[in-house]
Amino acid sequence: MDTNTLIFLAMLIPTAAMAGNMAFRHLPDVRDGFTFVCAVLTFCCVLGILSNVGNGTTEEVSLFEVFPGLDLAFNVEPLGLLFALVASGLWIITHVYGLGYMRGNDEKHHTRFFACFSVAIASAIGIAFAANMFTLFLFYEVLTISTYPLVAHKGTPAAIRGARVYLGVLIGTSIGLQLTAVIWTYVVAGTLDFTQGGILEGKVSGALVPVLLGLYAFGIGKAALMPFHKWLPAAMVAPTPVSALLHAVAVVKAGVFTMLKVGVYIFGIDFLAQTGASEWLMWLAAYSVIAASVVAMTKDNLKARLAYSTVSQLSYITLGMALATSMGALGGGMHIAMHAMGKITLFMCAGSIYVATHKTEISQMQGLGRVMPITFGAFLIGALSIIGLPPLGGSWSKWLLMVGAADAGHQIMIGVLMLSSLLNVAYLLPLVGRGFFLSDAENNATPGIKEAPWMCWLPPAVTAVGCLVLFLYAGALQEFLLPMVGGAQ
Amino acid sequence: MAAEEVHHVALTLRDHLPVLQILIPFCAAPLVVLFGSRTLAWPMAFAASGLAFLCSIYLLMQVIDGGFISYHLGGWAPPLGIEYRVDAANAFVVFLISGIATVVLPFARASVNEEIPQKNHTLFYACFLLCLTGLLGMVITGDAFNVFVFLEISSLSTYVLVSQGSFTDKRALSAAYDYLILGTIGATFFVIGLGFLYMATGTLNMADLAGRIALLEDNRTVQAAFAFIVVGIGLKVAMFPLHLWLPNAYVYAPSAVTAFLAATATKAAVYVLLRFMFSVFQPDFVFGSLAITWIIGPLAVLAMFIASFVAVFQNNFKRMLAYSSIAQIGYMLLGIAILNVNGLTATMVHLFNHGITKAALFMAVGAIILRTGTTFYDRIAGMGRVMPLTGAAVVVGGLSLIGVPGTAGFISKWVLVQAALDNGWWWMALAIMLSSLLAVVYVWRVVEALYLQAPSDDVVHKEAPLSMLVPLWIMAGACIWFGFDTDITLGAARTAAEGLLAGSAGMAEISTAAAQAAH
Repeated sequence: MDTNTLIFLAMLIPTAAMAGNMAFRHLPDVRDGFTFVCAVLTFCCVLGILSNVGNGTTEEVSLFEVFPGLDLAFNVEPLGLLFALVASGLWIITHVYGLGYMRGNDEKHHTRFFACFSVAIASAIGIAFAANMFTLFLFYEVLTISTYPLVAHKGTPAAIRGARVYLGVLIGTSIGLQLTAVIWTYVVAGTLDFTQGGILEGKVSGALVPVLLGLYAFGIGKAALMPFHKWLPAAMVAPTPVSALLHAVAVVKAGVFTMLKVGVYIFGIDFLAQTGASEWLMWLAAYSVIAASVVAMTKDNLKARLAYSTVSQLSYITLGMALATSMGALGGGMHIAMHAMGKITLFMCAGSIYVATHKTEISQMQGLGRVMPITFGAFLIGALSIIGLPPLGGSWSKWLLMVGAADAGHQIMIGVLMLSSLLNVAYLLPLVGRGFFLSDAENNATPGIKEAPWMCWLPPAVTAVGCLVLFLYAGALQEFLLPMVGGAQ
Repeated sequence: MAAEEVHHVALTLRDHLPVLQILIPFCAAPLVVLFGSRTLAWPMAFAASGLAFLCSIYLLMQVIDGGFISYHLGGWAPPLGIEYRVDAANAFVVFLISGIATVVLPFARASVNEEIPQKNHTLFYACFLLCLTGLLGMVITGDAFNVFVFLEISSLSTYVLVSQGSFTDKRALSAAYDYLILGTIGATFFVIGLGFLYMATGTLNMADLAGRIALLEDNRTVQAAFAFIVVGIGLKVAMFPLHLWLPNAYVYAPSAVTAFLAATATKAAVYVLLRFMFSVFQPDFVFGSLAITWIIGPLAVLAMFIASFVAVFQNNFKRMLAYSSIAQIGYMLLGIAILNVNGLTATMVHLFNHGITKAALFMAVGAIILRTGTTFYDRIAGMGRVMPLTGAAVVVGGLSLIGVPGTAGFISKWVLVQAALDNGWWWMALAIMLSSLLAVVYVWRVVEALYLQAPSDDVVHKEAPLSMLVPLWIMAGACIWFGFDTDITLGAARTAAEGLLAGSAGMAEISTAAAQAAH
């Protein structure tokens, strides 16, 4: 099939999954099986697009001309393809996990949950293949709105409060700042197409460049750059599969993906480097990296700690863009995949622990590692990948980011990244230590605890293996991303 | 702009479209009363508005790319005779008004049965048609005094329509009375302005007026006339701070009436305001010598913020929407104040997009009233689960109100921000965005009430009937459709904006030709 058809299918199949969810709402097994098939098919479509990349069929498809010269259009480029692969591939795993979690936990409203989930995936794919900033913005907002019911899922006052913060920050920043930036770009550049080398060079100058960049950087609330990061911890009231796929992969990665797209294809790396417009952003991102790590250390709630860890890791990618070097941008791009694989593992482990024991605080998890070895083993691998130790995927992206920092002449950023790694060790590994080495009298008194159902422990085990695999194939991944910064494929 | 007249010999039906547009509902209204049959009233009203809608589609298709149709009523040539003049600007508004009427009427049937006693039905539909006639007439006519006549037809019938809400809530009577007083003051101001103009120029044809006023810009009478006209129409527009009649009128009127009025009445008035500012008076005069930008602009911004802020604190769905309307009118006025092609395009396109959005929302309110009998947040709690399709329409309409991409509201907001940036008013662009954030808050309060609470047991647990859902979803669907396909909306709005900005140049030219022909 040609690429264009596949792009549409990749968005239509998750939409069909939503419709299927509604249609089969009284037949849970059919409904969930149907969604699984849709997830696999979506992933196959994205793989199909990947296999077509060499054929030179990367033309743009346009659906509507909404404003003069501004179409609802899609195309394929390496970064977007990577994002789509990550989102659709992990959807399959998370769906299986979600089934185990929702059933094991007796959550309600399964149909609404899986239907909204599918829409969120469809919009993530839309973001990945958007050919211009306008299309991207459209799907960015669909993603926000479709995930709102997932955050508010439990319907408790706490969930409603969390969902309010979630929507308030994401819609507030995107409409208040990002949209202004998008229209501004359109007014000065006359186009919003993602173009190699950027579209703004010679169109904006002087002090306005950092201002415009600021509107984007803060406007892309999904990238959780401080001080607009509060929505992410707030979103943790959602059921864990949502935190795993959406708030470690689809939603937050959509944010940093947009950030990279803006840096690479709207401003252009060279333009940013010449004007030095992103230097302030680099410092802010560095602050965000460290500050979020420090906050994470103070959290006893496992999901809250992971959320702050995500805030910190997302800023790596923003930092990569703000370095304004090819290596930095590449490192940022790779970190999308590496962090996704690592963090989804951690979240799924957190969910498994909750399903098996209903414990949410780290201080209660003494000795659990001995009864749940697979879960804790997977957690250890995921954590090491996030920290950035070989032989796990996370080490490569961190390596590239450091090379990028050296290229840019900001050696101090290397220090920031290393400090952050140390902080990661300090807040991620104690849980593993507690789990395996401390024993808790109380837990021994209730020997009923055992591994969660297979649908809960298998997915994190798979993604933990994924972290290893990514280490081995990092070279291929880097080569694949090279065209993004103008390098040869 | 090179305006060209679509020449016609008055022979075929197609040539009489401009007058048929008015005559069909105008004649249907007394017929409904004469037949006096409850069963026939609704079909006749629906047929009449449907035919009017067809007329408007034909008219819009003829002028959407520029040019205009001049129709001489009774064959009397202007400026002595009354002229109907159709160009992209008013064809677009006529299309909106008759379209909304055609969609709202099927919805009205169930709603009116519920809210108004049967003996009044015939008169209700007759009034509805008269109101439609008045709104269409004031938009389509090219004669200034004729605008006043149609304005009064629509206003008087509106007062009656609003008062029909008194069968569910007696406060509708005082709301209608307030509206009557303020509306009459507005109309009086308007007619005083027209009187001054007539005194200074001796003519009432708009194109003719334009030519003569151009020579009289320093004349105090003309300047006073302008002030009277702007204030008079401003009342009808509900321009902040002349909006006081609006909230109560919208809240206490029957649901179908609110849906129709909110989508059309203020829009027709905005159009008349535009016509007078740009075609009758010269843009150079209005915005140059009188610096009206600095009166309209700040008032518009105040409306955007204050009315939105007030809307946030409402506990009644209908009243919240009413205040949101005042805020949204602020956006339209802001487009005028920005005064460039994009600004006027934004005004025109928002007029349309906001019309369909509010029609969808007020119809959803009507459907909810049918099941719960009220619109207070605590009483409509959980209805989104009981009425999934209605609830979803509220969400779609709400998103369009906020201006989320993929909805009609986004298109108008985009163009408006673009217009502000064209002028280099980046602070205004930010202000527009910030005021949209207030819309997020007031919309989301309703969404939370509808979805995140359990429905109470003393309401009817049933989805709205199909006769309501279909019109509701036509409008909600339109909110999405016009968020993607902007050929009609942006196309017509841009042609209209360019025509308006050219001032009366095109009109004067034709008017001299017509005058020569008359001699």
